[in-house]
Amino acid sequence: MMENIQKVDLTKIKPYGDTLNDGMVQMSFTLPVPYGDEANEAAKQLAEKMGFDDPAVVFSKDLGVGYTYFILYGKCTHTVDYTSIEVPKVDMEFMDREEVEEYIKKYIKRDVVIVGACTGTDAHTVGIDAIMNMKGFDGNYGLERYKGINAINMGSQVPNEELIAKAIEVKADAILVSQVVTQKDVHITNLTQLVEMVEAEGIRDKIILVCGGPRIDHELAQELGYDAGFGRGSYANHVATFVVKQIVERNLI
Amino acid sequence: MESKLNLNPRLIDSARSAAKNIAEDVQNFIDKNTTVAVERTVARLMGVDGVDEIDKPLPNVLIDAIKEGGGLSRGAAFWIGNAMVNTGKTPQEIAEMVSSGEIEITKLPIADENKIMEAVYETARQTVERIKNNRAKRDEYLNTLGEGRRPYLYVIVATGNIYEDVLQAQAAAKQGADIIAVIRTTAQSLLDYVPYGPTTEGFGGTYATQENFRIMRKALDEVSVELGRYIRLCNYCSGLCMPEIAAMGALERLDVMLNDALYGILFRDINMQRTLVDQFFSRIINGFAGIIINTGEDNYLTTADAYEEAHTVLASQFINEQFALKAGIPEEQMGLGHAFEMNPMLENGFLYELAQAQMAREIFPKAPLKYMPPTKYMTGNIFRGHLQDAMFNFISIWTHQGIQLLGMPTEAIHTPHLHDRMLSIENAQYIFNNARDIGNDIEFKKDGIIQKRAQEVLAKAEELLKEIEREGIFSTIEKGKFGGVKRSFTGGKGLEGVVEKDEKYFNPFIDLMLGGAR
Repeated sequence: MMENIQKVDLTKIKPYGDTLNDGMVQMSFTLPVPYGDEANEAAKQLAEKMGFDDPAVVFSKDLGVGYTYFILYGKCTHTVDYTSIEVPKVDMEFMDREEVEEYIKKYIKRDVVIVGACTGTDAHTVGIDAIMNMKGFDGNYGLERYKGINAINMGSQVPNEELIAKAIEVKADAILVSQVVTQKDVHITNLTQLVEMVEAEGIRDKIILVCGGPRIDHELAQELGYDAGFGRGSYANHVATFVVKQIVERNLI
Repeated sequence: MESKLNLNPRLIDSARSAAKNIAEDVQNFIDKNTTVAVERTVARLMGVDGVDEIDKPLPNVLIDAIKEGGGLSRGAAFWIGNAMVNTGKTPQEIAEMVSSGEIEITKLPIADENKIMEAVYETARQTVERIKNNRAKRDEYLNTLGEGRRPYLYVIVATGNIYEDVLQAQAAAKQGADIIAVIRTTAQSLLDYVPYGPTTEGFGGTYATQENFRIMRKALDEVSVELGRYIRLCNYCSGLCMPEIAAMGALERLDVMLNDALYGILFRDINMQRTLVDQFFSRIINGFAGIIINTGEDNYLTTADAYEEAHTVLASQFINEQFALKAGIPEEQMGLGHAFEMNPMLENGFLYELAQAQMAREIFPKAPLKYMPPTKYMTGNIFRGHLQDAMFNFISIWTHQGIQLLGMPTEAIHTPHLHDRMLSIENAQYIFNNARDIGNDIEFKKDGIIQKRAQEVLAKAEELLKEIEREGIFSTIEKGKFGGVKRSFTGGKGLEGVVEKDEKYFNPFIDLMLGGAR
C-alpha cells in the first residue's frame, strides 16, 4: 500500500494534520463581540478570510466583558516553496566550552573581554544571566565560567551610555545586549541607539556587537547593524564561539 | 498544625531568632536615618499633591527645597508645620508657595514648638483617619460581599494604558480572579519621583500614579458589587519611591502591595541604605492600612537555581518576617513569597517543590503565602507551559498557599492576552476544586524524599541565618549571598537621598501608625 501514500512536493508545502496536504491548522483568538451564535459565525467568516477552507469553531467561551474566545480548525489553502527559502543565520559549527577555551589559548593568547547588559528600561536579566553568569542555564555554564574569558555582567536597566563607557574602559572585545521587553517595539529603538552611539564613538570596527532575546533573530540583528543575534535556545557556548571566531577573522587579536 | 514534614522545631526557633537579631541590627541603622522618599511621603500624607509647570511633583519640589536649605535632617513635618504656623496656610498651599518662590521654607522664623506640633498633628490625624476609614470600608465590603476562597487567584494586567487595564481587570474578575495587579512600567522603580495623573503610555506596564490607583479601585469596586465578591487591587511598593507608593495605596484603598525589604537592592541596584530605610516606613503604612504585603523571594530563583538555592528563599522569608514585625505588620498580612521554579526536567522535581511549599506553610502558619508560577523554564511551548502551571496549581491547593499568582501558558512570549488569563484561571479553578482537600488527607512518608528534602533546606537556611547574624546583613549582601547578586554598601542608586536625622527629627506618622493610635 506504500505506493498510495503521496510524496511531499517541497515546492508546495502546506500544514499536515493527519494526511499529507490536508492543510489542518489549529488556532485560537478572541473577538470583541458577545458570546453566541453570531460570534461563532463571525469567527468562522474571519478564518475564511484568512485563507482557511471549512473552518470549524470547536470551542467558544464568554470572556465576560462582551468578548468571546474561540478555538478553531481550518484547512489552509496556501502553500510555500520550501526549496527557495534562505534564512540568514549565524552559520558556524559551535564549539563547546572546552573547545572555546582551547581556541582562545591557541589563537588569541590573551583574555577575551566581554561586557553584557540589559539596556534601557529593560529589567529582565534572565537572558543575559543565562549567557553570562557562572551558573548558566539548563546545564550550560555561562561565560564567567570560561577560562580565558573575562565576562562582565552589568545587570539590568543599564543606559546605553554606561554600557559603552564600560566597554571602552575595560577594552572589551565584545558587547552583549539583552532585550526581553518588546512591547511597542521598545527593543528596536534601544538597539538602534546603541549601534549609533558605538559608531559615533568610532569603535564600531574594533568591537563585536551581539544582541539577544526571545524575540530577536540573526536577521533582525544584522538589519539593525549588529554582528549577530541570538534568539531562543541559545547558550553561552554559541555566543562564545561566535565572538572568538570573529576576533580571529576580523584580526582583532 | 501538626508537622507533616517532621521539621525540628528547635531549628525553626533558632532560625527565627537569628533573623530577629539580623533585623534588630539593621533597625539601629534605620532609626538613625531618613531619606528624601520618606520625607516626600510625609509631605504627601500631610496633603501635598500635584505638579509644577514642568510636571515635577510638588512633594519633590518641597523636599528638594528643604534639602537645599539644609533642613532635611530635622524632617519635613517640622518645616511644613513651621510654615503652617507662620502663614496660616495648608501644606498644599505652602508647597505651591515654595514652588512659585514666594517663600523659602527653611528661612521662615522658627515658631513655638508646641504650636508647630499642634499644627502637624492635627493635619496628620486627618490623614490617618482617612486611611482608617479606607480600612473600614474594605472590611465592610468583605463582610457584605465576601471574597474568593484561598488561594486567591492573582492575575496581572499590563497594557500601559490605565483605561485598557480597567477593561482587562474587569474581564479577569468576571472570569474568577480575586486579585488584580497592575504591573508598573519597567522604568518606574528607578524614578526618584512618582508621576502624576492618569496615564495611557507605558512599557511592559502602567505607571503607578495616585490617580491610576483611584481609577482602578473604582472600577474594581463596581465589578465587586456586580459579582458579589470583593476584588483586591495590587501594585508595586518598591523602587526609589517605596514609601510614597505605600502612602498613595493607603489613601486609595489598595489591598495588596509587593513590598520586599531587599528586592530593590538585589534586583534594581538601589543602594542598600536607601532601601532599608525606605522599606521600614513603607511597611508601617502598609501595615496600618491593612494591606497584605508580598515579598519577592521568588526573584532569587530567576538568577539562582531553585533546587540548590532553596534555602536562601527560606532564609529571606525569615528576615522579611522580622522586618515586617518591626514595622507593625501582623502575620496575617505577610504574603511571604516563594516560587515553583525548578527545572521541569529534574527527576522528582515535583516532590521537591511540594516539600518547599509545605515547609513554608508549616513555618509561617498564619501568613497568606504568595506562590509564584514557573517563568524561568517556560519555553514558548504553550501546551507544556499550561501543564507546568497545572503542576504548580496542584501544589498550591495541596499545601494551602494564600495567594496564587497565576502562571500564563504564554509566559516568555508576551504580556498576557485577554484569553491567556481566562485559560489560566480555568486551569487553577479546575485543580483547586478537583483536589480541594487533598492536603488534609495525605501525609508524607517518614524519612521519605519529601520529608528529608524539607529538613535539609531548613537546616541549611538556619546555618545561613546564623552566618548572616554573625556577619551582618550589609556585608552578606556585599558578598552575594542572596540570589547570587553582589551589592556594595555605598554603591547603587539613590544613596544621595539618605540623610542622618538630628536629635529633634520627628515623623508624626511613625508615631500615629506604629504607636497607640492603632
